[in-house]
Amino acid sequence: MNRIVVGAHYGLRDWLAQRVTAVVMALFTVILVGGMIGGATSSLDAWRGFIAQPVIRFCAFLFILSLFYHVWIGIRDIWMDYIKPTGLRLTLHVLTLLALIGQAGWAVQILWRL
Amino acid sequence: MAETTKTRPKFLDLAVIRLPLPGFVSILHRVSGAGLFLILPFLLCLLQLSLDSRPEAGAAFLALTGNVFVKLLLLGLCWAYLHHFCAGIRFLLLDVHVGIEIDAARRSAKAVMVVSLLLTTFVAAKIFGGI
Repeated sequence: MNRIVVGAHYGLRDWLAQRVTAVVMALFTVILVGGMIGGATSSLDAWRGFIAQPVIRFCAFLFILSLFYHVWIGIRDIWMDYIKPTGLRLTLHVLTLLALIGQAGWAVQILWRL
Repeated sequence: MAETTKTRPKFLDLAVIRLPLPGFVSILHRVSGAGLFLILPFLLCLLQLSLDSRPEAGAAFLALTGNVFVKLLLLGLCWAYLHHFCAGIRFLLLDVHVGIEIDAARRSAKAVMVVSLLLTTFVAAKIFGGI
């Protein structure tokens, strides 16, 4: 089939990123549930000790990065589907990006300040 | 080309249309994702309090999560996460052409609803029953 590809070509990349970030988050969710079964959430001290482990913190960092990239793609898709006026849609894109970048910084700060 | 553009009847009355279960799972995937996005600042606040080693932060965390309305909110968010998780795995499997036949797709949609609600029930027992 001879197809003419048009557009900005970010569709496939984002489609793939949405799925890769989903898998990263799913794996961390399994690690977290495993930790909970092992008593990581039995007390606040146990919880802090659990997250302070280098391997867990490394995975948690990847989870946070994946989360914010995943949220960006998902929310952008919602705006693209429902908001037809271009100006309003682009404004919402920018506001979403700013909110997510700010919160990503906040999340990383929470994680690394331990 | 002109012959193929027939005036087919369109029936898109959202109030009357009956959404099949896979469609229901799909729109709930979107709704749960949007809800989790909107509540993210609150969840980050909770994470911050829970990881702050100062005693007053820990006390604030326990007071906040001990509130019955916060518990209900967190239970709803747990359902949203679990549904998003289960429906997401279903979509990943559909992406690699697992279960794309209509019967299998209907069954997996039902499984997503049942499993996510069962797990939410378990979380509810944990939050409210202290199990």
